Amino acid sequence: MDSPGWNRRSFLKAAAAAGAAAAMPDIAVPEPQVKPDVPASSQSIRLKVNGTSRQLNVDTRATLLDTLREQMGMAGTKKGCDHGQCGACTVHVNGRRINSCLTFAVMHDGDEITTIEGLADAGQLSPMQAAFVEHDAFQCGYCTPGQIMSATALLREPVGNTDDDLREAMSGNICRCGAYPNILAAIKSVRSQHS
Amino acid sequence: MQPFSFTQARSEDEAMAQLRQNSRFIAGGTTLVDLMKLDVETPAHLVDINALSLNKIETLADGSLRIGAMVRNSDLAHDAAVIKNFPVLSQALLAGASAQLRNMATTGGNLLQRTRCYYFRDPAYAACNKRRPGSGCAALEGFNRIHAVLGGSEHCVATHPSDMAVAMVALDAVVHIRGPKGERQVKIEDFHKLPGTTPQIETVVEPGELITYVTLPKSAFSTRSAYVKLRDRASYEFALASAAVALDLNGKTIRSARLALGGVATKPWRSHEAEQALTGGQASDQAFRAAAEAAMKSARPLRYNGFKIELAKMALVRALNEAAQL
Amino acid sequence: MQDTSGQGQNSQQHPTDTTGVGAAADHTSNRLPELSGNGSFGRPTPRHDGTLKVTGQARYAADHPIRRVVHAVAIQSTIANGRVKNIDASAAEKAPGFLAILHHGKAPKLYRPSNDFMSATKPGEIRVVFEDDRVYYAGQYIALVVAETLQQANYAASLVKIEYDFLHPVIDTDQAMNTVYDPEQFFGEKLTAQRGDPDGSYAAAAVKHEATYSTPLEHHNPMEPSASMAEWNGDELTLYETTQWVVGARNTVAETLGVPQEKVHIVSPFIGGGFGCKGFIWPHSVLSAIASRQVGRPVKLNLTRKQMFSACGHRSETRQKVRLGAAADGKLTSIFHDTLVQTSPVDEFIESCGTTTEMLYSCPNVGIAHHAVRVNIATPTPMRAPGENPGTYALESALDELAYKLKIDPVELRIRNHADTNEHTKQPWSSKYLKDCYRMAAEKFGWSKRNPEPRSMRDGKLLVGWGMATATYPGMRNPGAAKVRILQDGSATVVSATQDMGGGTYTTMVQVVSDALGIPVERIQSTLGDSMLPPAPVSGGSMTTASVLPAIRKACEQALTKLVQTAIGDENSPMHGKKEDEITAQNGRVFVKGSSPSSGNTYAEVLASKKMAAVEGEGFLQPGEERKKYAFQSFGAQFVEVKIDPEIARARVTRVVSAFDVGKVVNPTTARSQGYSGIIMGIGMALMEHTIYDDRDGSIVNSNLADYAVPVNADVPDLEVLFVDKPDPYIDDQGIGARGIGEITITGVAAAVANAVYHATGQRIRDLPITPDKLLQV
Repeated sequence: MDSPGWNRRSFLKAAAAAGAAAAMPDIAVPEPQVKPDVPASSQSIRLKVNGTSRQLNVDTRATLLDTLREQMGMAGTKKGCDHGQCGACTVHVNGRRINSCLTFAVMHDGDEITTIEGLADAGQLSPMQAAFVEHDAFQCGYCTPGQIMSATALLREPVGNTDDDLREAMSGNICRCGAYPNILAAIKSVRSQHS
Repeated sequence: MQPFSFTQARSEDEAMAQLRQNSRFIAGGTTLVDLMKLDVETPAHLVDINALSLNKIETLADGSLRIGAMVRNSDLAHDAAVIKNFPVLSQALLAGASAQLRNMATTGGNLLQRTRCYYFRDPAYAACNKRRPGSGCAALEGFNRIHAVLGGSEHCVATHPSDMAVAMVALDAVVHIRGPKGERQVKIEDFHKLPGTTPQIETVVEPGELITYVTLPKSAFSTRSAYVKLRDRASYEFALASAAVALDLNGKTIRSARLALGGVATKPWRSHEAEQALTGGQASDQAFRAAAEAAMKSARPLRYNGFKIELAKMALVRALNEAAQL
Repeated sequence: MQDTSGQGQNSQQHPTDTTGVGAAADHTSNRLPELSGNGSFGRPTPRHDGTLKVTGQARYAADHPIRRVVHAVAIQSTIANGRVKNIDASAAEKAPGFLAILHHGKAPKLYRPSNDFMSATKPGEIRVVFEDDRVYYAGQYIALVVAETLQQANYAASLVKIEYDFLHPVIDTDQAMNTVYDPEQFFGEKLTAQRGDPDGSYAAAAVKHEATYSTPLEHHNPMEPSASMAEWNGDELTLYETTQWVVGARNTVAETLGVPQEKVHIVSPFIGGGFGCKGFIWPHSVLSAIASRQVGRPVKLNLTRKQMFSACGHRSETRQKVRLGAAADGKLTSIFHDTLVQTSPVDEFIESCGTTTEMLYSCPNVGIAHHAVRVNIATPTPMRAPGENPGTYALESALDELAYKLKIDPVELRIRNHADTNEHTKQPWSSKYLKDCYRMAAEKFGWSKRNPEPRSMRDGKLLVGWGMATATYPGMRNPGAAKVRILQDGSATVVSATQDMGGGTYTTMVQVVSDALGIPVERIQSTLGDSMLPPAPVSGGSMTTASVLPAIRKACEQALTKLVQTAIGDENSPMHGKKEDEITAQNGRVFVKGSSPSSGNTYAEVLASKKMAAVEGEGFLQPGEERKKYAFQSFGAQFVEVKIDPEIARARVTRVVSAFDVGKVVNPTTARSQGYSGIIMGIGMALMEHTIYDDRDGSIVNSNLADYAVPVNADVPDLEVLFVDKPDPYIDDQGIGARGIGEITITGVAAAVANAVYHATGQRIRDLPITPDKLLQV
């Protein structure tokens, strides 16, 4: 099910667009025309996203989230609130989970970013991704990239062993569909494999 | 969001030198980026201080703990020395925000966290003395369920939202500030200012100054300490009322006590009245209740937040019980 | 959306369905194997779209990669009543990247759609965006700014200066009582009803209870904010949407733009939750379209979280007076349920709390009334079990109070008043296993160990409360169509213009095909969320399963028939020359009945032999006479444990056991998840959710996910969801037997929580949510 909901006509269009996305050009982001009365507001940075380094010219106002989504063509990371209140935008920066909506891309020159697109290894789901499928740890799937990035980071954090410890550690990721019990089950299954 | 220019500083000196007109330092960004998106903060220039080497937690020779301003909330919460000697701080940090935000938020930034007052955060409201001095206060007669019952003025009743700072008040923390005129140290109790007639001035930090460290002195009360936070949901929410307490007990006799409140006051609120009520007495549920009464004696409810007075007492009594472990 | 009229959607009359009545009149011999339970149907089945969702490859509305896309930002009114006096865009126009601004004085002409649910032209709000300079509520769209990048669009929008003529808004229901009126109907259902003599019987009742229950205004808050991305190709518009109704979006957008339906193509393969707020079509879908036409580039309009609080509906606050009379043995003699809700100045949507009360219990004397006031708040819209959810909170709380007065166990009280038929419509139930739900859930919960005395049960210092309530939701069904193709490689595809907002439609579609055709689920691809596919109804009213799956099975049958005909007509086939009814199918092979399957051919062999790529079957079915004969309704029971720490005014739900009778459970995996989903949203409703408006200016003070609290992981305890899992024999004629599941799971939860809080504390809280400020004195 590569392109659900798309008929032939839209599929052809999408295929063209998808090809473009694979090459990851800076989609539709022209140089901001800086006017004399406006402070210089774009900068060149290097981001290492999922192992691939890329030089980008970014608007200083662009969050890491918007840069990933709108400029780098990586829409797996989601915007649920844009104010650090839901966790849908969770990514790893230098190995730690953060809300990518509350940080500017220019603050991450040289940083290593991991997104949901970077977890699977050569098409093989990561243990956490596989556990989420196995335990039906999502419904609509929109908060899921953030949940999985949080759950994956959690494995490296000093989080206790009780269910309540895990629930607390996952409380920065809101799921309105209410997949929480299944998310808990998925994380527990991966943790038990780890230990 | 307004356009702004951006520079990165690698040292404190560089950070100071990079300041321009209408500049802000940016560290974790969890408050500043949020408020810039709302057009509440409109800096023309940001100086990124994330590369500064103020990211260590050190136990000094005198037993005090020196926390770099750039230490992330999560690192501070999970630091072994903090958990052992200053448990109230670890508990308060872990009660705040989410794991992701704690990985971003810094010690210095958390002290400068700005209020969650709805009317402050929405520039569509003309009246906010904090945002636009002299414009009035929309919260006084508005929906003020989350607002302060302690420390408010007719100009502002916005609460300070930090959990960390409340715990630090109970630990007699000292804030180290560096500025053009050199370095200075401020007791955390004096660090945040009451709104009075100038609610736009929230701390003693002057333009151009940088928070460098927070130190926690070694004390007889810091290890027997606890934090209790009450709110509408179980996690990931600001406090309706919270309490940080630290006790120095000799058997059941209270030699000294520190009590601080969050979520109910315009600044992290130390209650000397409650401390006095406890000092020298016996630790008991009855004594704790009396202390809570003393703490909230001067509370002034608004239309929708009267319940916070009782809730704050509950938080204090619970925290005292947890710290004393009677 | 309580449409149970059974009438077809005119615009959805499928062109190839010449009978016009669908399956009800079309009982051809069924070649398909019975749904025996040996395949995936009825078995736990992992989500078909699971891998896409866990790898970030599932594309939601704002995720589609579109070349040269530019960004739009909406400007909303900061006043709630008045007029726009002036819009000054001079500074914005000079901002970097600025492309266009649209507003009421500067926008293409738009038209009001026909506003008809059955022809799929019902918008969320009938007033068209930018219609005039009037402002009716805070958050109303005033202008739209388009710029090259999102940052530039945001900045340019911030430079637009808008002047208003301010009129004082009316926000509070009490202040709006001069506008009160009695709305007549809600999606065809009358909102006033009476049987027997509710007043006289109440006066004569041995035991009486009367109280008013209120629920606050609530917002859906799906995790995905609504988004619309528009791309014109000549006079053809493609809209990448997040909608629970691709057909409705196509028809409504087309009518609003004044273009033919065929020119509008809606693409919405993934929806980041909806819960009703993406059911009807809201202005953003039109705004992106006109902005794109204006600037000649694709335009992306992604609503902010704050905008989600005014741009796509909400659940009205409710005030419900419930009056119950009973005989000493607990038999209900009188029920009266009077509901007061809000609607907007520009459209009507009624939260119909009382309609469930008409039939939920057996009672000879029942009175139902609804009243509405108009306030300066945007138009309400369906939110997960509209009517049933707040309605069951009131009724099931009242029954609990009555049970205490009667000194009868609350479960026993409900059993004594069990409605053996629908006393409102005077129809027998198509199927009803409510008593089984009570029994299953009560046993699992351990209800028999409950001491009914309030404050009698403790866990250390904690007060323990056990409460229960009945759950219910109609078993709706609308016309639905689908196509199934058997491909030359032996795999299959199934398509329908339905939606999957998380309920699992992608997966259940595949399950039906797998069982019907004997093809493994891995070899079947389902496609949905595209308006060019065979039409299906809105994913609302819990009707998708009952509407779409029978059509899919029908399509399978037709595809298989064509395959059999192909084999019969093939000289090289071992089935050549046989009659159609001599051929049967099993495990992906067709063969002569009575012979070994290996004597026949695989589907692939049949097609390859005739050099054909595929055979395709279509199914279009709609409800028929059965709707006149039977009442279709799902039922359930919610059992909740709360623990309350009286020293810190903290209530937590610590355990929930629920049992539901929703007919056949097609996929126990996704069904259980839907159970969790409704229960958790119900916990939110009970303990924390409420949207607050500032009475002075009508603005929303908590329009964000920090201040509008929804449950987080730490709020949710262990949950147990049980299903009766007995097929509804009449809901369709294809043997599916499933009623929907999405909405019933939230009904009754808030009442069960409130009843548990009473049991724990002795304090009855009749206004939601039950926040700490209401628990200070327990």
